[in-house]
Amino acid sequence: MTEYTLERRDVVHRILKERGDAAVVTGIGNASHDVASAGDDPLNMYLFGVMGGAVMTAFGIALAQPDRRVMVITGDGELLAGIGSLATVGVEKPKNLSIVVIDNQAYGATGGQLTHTAAGVDLVGIAAASGIPRTALIEDESVLESAIKDIYQGEGPYFAVVKVVAVAAPRVHVPNDGTLTARRFRQAVSGKVG
Amino acid sequence: MAEQTGWSDEVFSILRAAGVAQVAYVPDAGHKQLINRCIADNKIKHVPLTTEEEGVALLGGAWLGGERGALLMQSSGVGNIINMLSVSNECRFPLLMIVTMRGEWGEFNPWQLPMGQATQTTLEAMGVIVLRADAPEDVPETVAAAAKLSFEAGRMVAVLIGQKVIGFKNWDK
Repeated sequence: MTEYTLERRDVVHRILKERGDAAVVTGIGNASHDVASAGDDPLNMYLFGVMGGAVMTAFGIALAQPDRRVMVITGDGELLAGIGSLATVGVEKPKNLSIVVIDNQAYGATGGQLTHTAAGVDLVGIAAASGIPRTALIEDESVLESAIKDIYQGEGPYFAVVKVVAVAAPRVHVPNDGTLTARRFRQAVSGKVG
Repeated sequence: MAEQTGWSDEVFSILRAAGVAQVAYVPDAGHKQLINRCIADNKIKHVPLTTEEEGVALLGGAWLGGERGALLMQSSGVGNIINMLSVSNECRFPLLMIVTMRGEWGEFNPWQLPMGQATQTTLEAMGVIVLRADAPEDVPETVAAAAKLSFEAGRMVAVLIGQKVIGFKNWDK
């Protein structure tokens, strides 16, 4: 197995530094901690339950808010559980949706068991073959900065896998009251209350 | 008995009047006419899915983004959404589902029976309010009532359209 050097939390913080008014949906697991550790934001919707729903949740937001960039930050395990959603996104091609997969090749929250990406399952290949026009595989520092620009610029859907070192980052407090964070998020993106 | 979906036009009007902007679906013969109406309408964003649970997540996102949506599926699809309903429940997302039934009235395919017979209890076990329509003339007002419960009272609601309404499946058609 290839040893990677990028560190997940550093990568996520650098991505979020450029977010502007982008809305962010996080997948269950370490991705939620990575995003929350950069600072809580009403434009963050942290998913804390159910593997495989992050991409479609963000897609629904993207359809409702076509003028705002909507970004998913999730893990390889969470995406694999809803892999068909890449086919749905590839068909519909939402122009304002970006998907970033922090790929540690393991289920970090349950003891580090290997995911299918550790055995070579190619998420970027699946995304491209599903019709997602812009994809990137980020394996080291050399392409990270240009990829961060691509997340926010140009027509979506955009899909990137960032290969990171399989070392757990410290847990942080993540707001986990879905009713609260959902209403806070909805008000922040649409102005609607209740 | 041929498939009867004359209620579809009225249901479409009800969805439009309720402000539904996103319609997600996994096809079923009973939904054919309603799906076609949604596809032909340029104000409704229609999203075909690979599996029904994608639709539950999509409609959570629709509400997060300030829009309303509806999910169309067959009763067998209910088995595919159960865990994803946890998200709608915890976030108290409105969720309007219109489910055409198989595995009950006059079913010929034994493989449809297990999920069809368990559809209502499974949904209710996850906290979904279930309304049934077993006559074509009852479908529109049941959908209208469900839309109110969903969007105004903020709940997960499923309308089960009985197999008696759809009619026996005729594979020669």
